[in-house]
Amino acid sequence: MALYSEKVMDHFRNPRNVGILEDANGVGEVGNAKCGDIMKMYLKIEDGVVKDVKFETFGCGSAIASSSMATELIKGKPVSEVKQLTNKAVADALDGLPAYKMHCSVLAEEAIQSALEDYQKRTGNKI
Amino acid sequence: MIYADNAATTKMSRRALETLISFNEKFWGNPSSLYTHGQNAKEALEQARRDIASLINAQPGEIYFTSGGSESDNQAILSAAETGKKTGKKHIVSTAFEHHAVLHTLENLKKEGFEITLLDVHSNGIVKAEDVDEAIRDDTCLVSVMYANNEIGTIQPIKEIGSICKKRGVPFHTDAVQAVGHIPIDVTGDNIDMLSASAHKFHGPKGVGFLYVKKGIRLSSLIEGGAQERGKRAGTENVPAIAAMAEALKESIGKIAEKTETLVIMRNRLIKGISEIPHSSLNGDPEKRLPGNVSFCFEGIEGEALLLLLDDRGICASSGSACTSGSLDPSHVLLAIGRVHDVAHGSLRLSIDDTVTDDDVDYIVASVKEVVEYLRGFSPIWRDLVSGKKEFIL
Ligand SMILES: Cc1ncc(COP(=O)(O)O)c(C=O)c1O
Repeated sequence: MALYSEKVMDHFRNPRNVGILEDANGVGEVGNAKCGDIMKMYLKIEDGVVKDVKFETFGCGSAIASSSMATELIKGKPVSEVKQLTNKAVADALDGLPAYKMHCSVLAEEAIQSALEDYQKRTGNKI
Repeated sequence: MIYADNAATTKMSRRALETLISFNEKFWGNPSSLYTHGQNAKEALEQARRDIASLINAQPGEIYFTSGGSESDNQAILSAAETGKKTGKKHIVSTAFEHHAVLHTLENLKKEGFEITLLDVHSNGIVKAEDVDEAIRDDTCLVSVMYANNEIGTIQPIKEIGSICKKRGVPFHTDAVQAVGHIPIDVTGDNIDMLSASAHKFHGPKGVGFLYVKKGIRLSSLIEGGAQERGKRAGTENVPAIAAMAEALKESIGKIAEKTETLVIMRNRLIKGISEIPHSSLNGDPEKRLPGNVSFCFEGIEGEALLLLLDDRGICASSGSACTSGSLDPSHVLLAIGRVHDVAHGSLRLSIDDTVTDDDVDYIVASVKEVVEYLRGFSPIWRDLVSGKKEFIL
């Protein structure tokens, strides 16, 4: 039995949408170094749709995989839908996480929500 | 596969494995039985006891077989505490970076009204003998200081502490689980009263160990039942595993000089190579450490991710990051030597044995460099550090 599912390992080994977005209009960072997890999400929102997304993560394998999966789940989606993204959806899409790693999926949800709030603050656009 | 996690456990040596198998075939009788078949097993048990005793300069009657390091630690400490309770001495001196088998036992004793002084181990991971002297009080019933640390490999001034404890009349226990079989040990010369050891750390089987208890030091039993181990540890003895442990110890100690020479060279090459990674730092004293131990902290990355990627490259290693322990805090050992949480999460322990080759060392160094750089490439902390938004710690 491996520690993580194949999906988690795939997203950990080949993270999607990794890096930064210079022209992001919503950026969210959650977690802290003390706890060993920081996630940063960069969103480029146009016409109410997440046109592009990138992430940076300091953290364990499941934190990196959760961020990667979360970016896949929201890319190209309308903001109204992105707002509804839950940590459970992220964990499910990864074929589950060990119980003590569920907080990684929570961080992914929070990072996206925080980026959306930043977008709202910057642009005045209601989301 | 390159196995660089010998501090976690070791592969059984061929001789130990052969002993385990052949003794299960020949000496499977119960050593407590009076017929010859039982007594043959008894003789095998006592031979192992004599062998182990002579390897650490003890008497056979001072060796008690246990299930391993954790049990030995528990029994040593709880025995001293019981004696202490009877004599009104309820203070114990230990260190902040002991194994949890020691720390959790001490924690439990606190609830029974014991006072515990955990000594500082300083940034080099070595306790000062004079700090032990200073911490001892009239009501101190035990000093427990590990021989070598399991994470950062630092070797403690055991001989000095032993002589201080002797002078002050306080029993001295050492958790030598990481030291036995790796560095020479002389319980008599070092004035050690109790010593814990575990076979699986020196190429013996898992689930077996021993506790050395100097004659005259009172030992109480954790497990009640039959009269095995002179009434101090009930339960039918695992004679084949005990004999395999003795064989493994003979072999390990027999080649200490030779393997130390190789290991120190390999260890220092690993340290030199990994030190080339910017903003990395060796944990613990560079010299006074186990011949096979390398421990680093890297800024801007997390240890579990590092381990998984090393595993992908066929390297087995370990980390003191919170994520690898299932808790929120990183290793208490790294915190005890003053590493802040941020960098303690990014730790790596490599513990090599004498099968490691020059090529292995080169490959490990190259892999660690590659993986650290890769993970830093998308670490938001690293970005903040590089851009000057945050200050480097290492
Ligand atoms: C220093 C130290 N003490 C105690 C133990 C526990 O030994 P065992 O696994 O034999 O119970 C270990 C092993 O992890 C150790 O490294």
